[in-house]
Amino acid sequence: MKKHIISLLLENESGALSRVAGLFSARAYNIESLSVAPTDDETLSRMTIVTSGTDEIVEQIQKQLNKLVDVVKLIDLTECSHIEREMMLAKVEATGAARDEVKRLVDIFNGEIVDVTDTTYTVELTDTCEKLDNFLASLSSIKIHEVVRSGAIGISSGENILAC
Amino acid sequence: MTGAEIVVQSLIEEGVEHLFGYPGGAVLHIYDALYKQDQLQHVLVRHEQAATHAADGYARSTGKPGVVLVTSGPGATNAVTGIATAYMDSIPMVVLTGQVPRPLIGNDAFQEVDSVGITRPVVKHNFLVEDIKDLAVTIKKAFFVATTGRPGPVVVDIPKDITAHKAEFSYPRDINIRSYSPTIPSIKGHSAQLKKAYELILEARKPMIYTGGGVVLSNASEQLIKFAKLLGAPVTNTLMGLGAYPANDKQFVGMLGMHGTYEANMGMHNSDVLIAIGARFDDRVTGNLEKFCPDARIVHVDIDPATISKNVKVDVPIVGDVGEVMDELNKLIEASDQRLESAALASWWEQIEEWRAQDCLKYNAKTGTIKPQFVIEKLHEVTEGNAFVTSDVGQHQMFAAQYYGFNKPRRWINSGGLGTMGFGLPAAMGVQLAFPGEQVACVTGEGSIQMCIQELSTCSQYNLPVKIINLNNGYLGMVRQWQEFFYERRYASSYMESLPDFVALAESYGHVGIRVDKPEDVVPALQDAYGKYKDRVVFIDFMIDREENVYPMIPAGAGLNEMILI
Repeated sequence: MKKHIISLLLENESGALSRVAGLFSARAYNIESLSVAPTDDETLSRMTIVTSGTDEIVEQIQKQLNKLVDVVKLIDLTECSHIEREMMLAKVEATGAARDEVKRLVDIFNGEIVDVTDTTYTVELTDTCEKLDNFLASLSSIKIHEVVRSGAIGISSGENILAC
Repeated sequence: MTGAEIVVQSLIEEGVEHLFGYPGGAVLHIYDALYKQDQLQHVLVRHEQAATHAADGYARSTGKPGVVLVTSGPGATNAVTGIATAYMDSIPMVVLTGQVPRPLIGNDAFQEVDSVGITRPVVKHNFLVEDIKDLAVTIKKAFFVATTGRPGPVVVDIPKDITAHKAEFSYPRDINIRSYSPTIPSIKGHSAQLKKAYELILEARKPMIYTGGGVVLSNASEQLIKFAKLLGAPVTNTLMGLGAYPANDKQFVGMLGMHGTYEANMGMHNSDVLIAIGARFDDRVTGNLEKFCPDARIVHVDIDPATISKNVKVDVPIVGDVGEVMDELNKLIEASDQRLESAALASWWEQIEEWRAQDCLKYNAKTGTIKPQFVIEKLHEVTEGNAFVTSDVGQHQMFAAQYYGFNKPRRWINSGGLGTMGFGLPAAMGVQLAFPGEQVACVTGEGSIQMCIQELSTCSQYNLPVKIINLNNGYLGMVRQWQEFFYERRYASSYMESLPDFVALAESYGHVGIRVDKPEDVVPALQDAYGKYKDRVVFIDFMIDREENVYPMIPAGAGLNEMILI
């Protein structure tokens, strides 16, 4: 089981998202995160799906996605050098010693505290999924009230455009 | 033109001759437009499921897309079973569903259902028309998608208000969908892959050609026969592929899979090179995947890349139209003087003939009861093997597949993938409509026939003289067989109580009903059906041996070499 980041260019049409989501549920494929938004060309959406599976299953996922009439282009970013980003907003306890500890960790992870109350900090952090996981793990002794993650997005590195 | 007229004109532009449907509120404008023209024949079924099955039978027998028109809500939901049936067997079909007017969508309006949502998992693609300007082009796209690449059903959902609005009509000549290019990669197959396949095939000492519905869909029978003759290799067909290779040819070893022949399954299991063409390694074909063809290297030709290495990992995949790929392979073989090693091939055939000598389809015909196998054999004789045979699902379907002996493609019409009871009679209507002068038989059972029996009425209205071969054992036969084998004969709900008098029922629709209780009456009844009653619908109720089983059989979890023989 290996993590894959699959990036799709698809028609920006009603129903396109449900076709992709429906495919994953109908065929019992894993879906760890999914993010979608229109591109600079408003007729197209870019969707990023984080999934996992054996090589055979991931190959099937790609083939089945390619079969969807709304899918214009598909690349598996994990097959090539790429940039991966996910954004997280986390509301955490910030009282007593935790107040300094959270601030220090946010600095270490290059995050930002975007909202402050007497008892909480809201942290914004944008990095790879793994880094976000690490940040949450590092808060081990601190109470986390709420976490919102965007799901990963990605793009291939260098001059490659929608290709490896 | 109104939207309704655009719909009708678009169908005419597509060359549609028959439209299977059922009216209702949301499609009344379209029905009105149909009423005012005479190029397109509408066939009024008695239930929307039958509209889709009839269109499906039409499509399977002709190769042209079947076209359906139903109303919103229950019209669309009733059509879903037939759409899924077509989807599982890759049958080209365009289904137009009415929808409530756009301002009412999402308001739980009368007869509103999210048709695009409900049908999404069982269509190749679907559309909701949101603007009258898109109507003609959407219909064009629907036909294009349904009939190209791996075919399948496409639904076009049309809100009622759009059918009342007006727009200028121009039907596009060509269509380009940027996200859909069914001819890439090359429809002929990649040349390097073709060469690899050719080399692997010529190394075979125990070759097996395993072909499926794809050969029928791509009209590639001739290419297959040529390919098989060039190689001299045995050929087996899946349930969906029957008729693509003539059953009376000596290289044909019968159907494979769960109820396939001993020689086909043993040939598969022991082969060293398996050439799979337009087949999808379905679970009913492979048996236990762990035990599937342990010694075979596999070439797989299919138009759908997603079928390749889905269930069984293959060595040489070729994506392309199976007819064109076989043309290319045939050219390669013909251009070379290399052939399969003759001594190895001869000893392989010797082995296959030994398996064939088991005569796995033998049955005891002299029990005084009517054997279903006997009925099918006699049906073959009386129709000289030329009938279009549709079936429902269950034992009768397997008997028809095993004993009819299809020598031509598109003559065997059955729901192989979804396994839809109720398919047979409406499918037979679609076939008969396409081929008015031909012999059509619907082989069914007393369980299946009751799932769409209302269509006897449609047969009267359109004078569709199909013959219903009802193999009546008073049981849901296949369910009963499994209960006998695996549930210690606890026949839970597999007994059909309160059966109607089918003869009287058929007569009440104005048809001919014949009840046959004795083996000696089988042939005369069939002769009457295709002789003096050839222009009538004939319902023959054959009272068959009640507990006859379908053999051979591969039980669940077993390999192809672990068959139960009689």
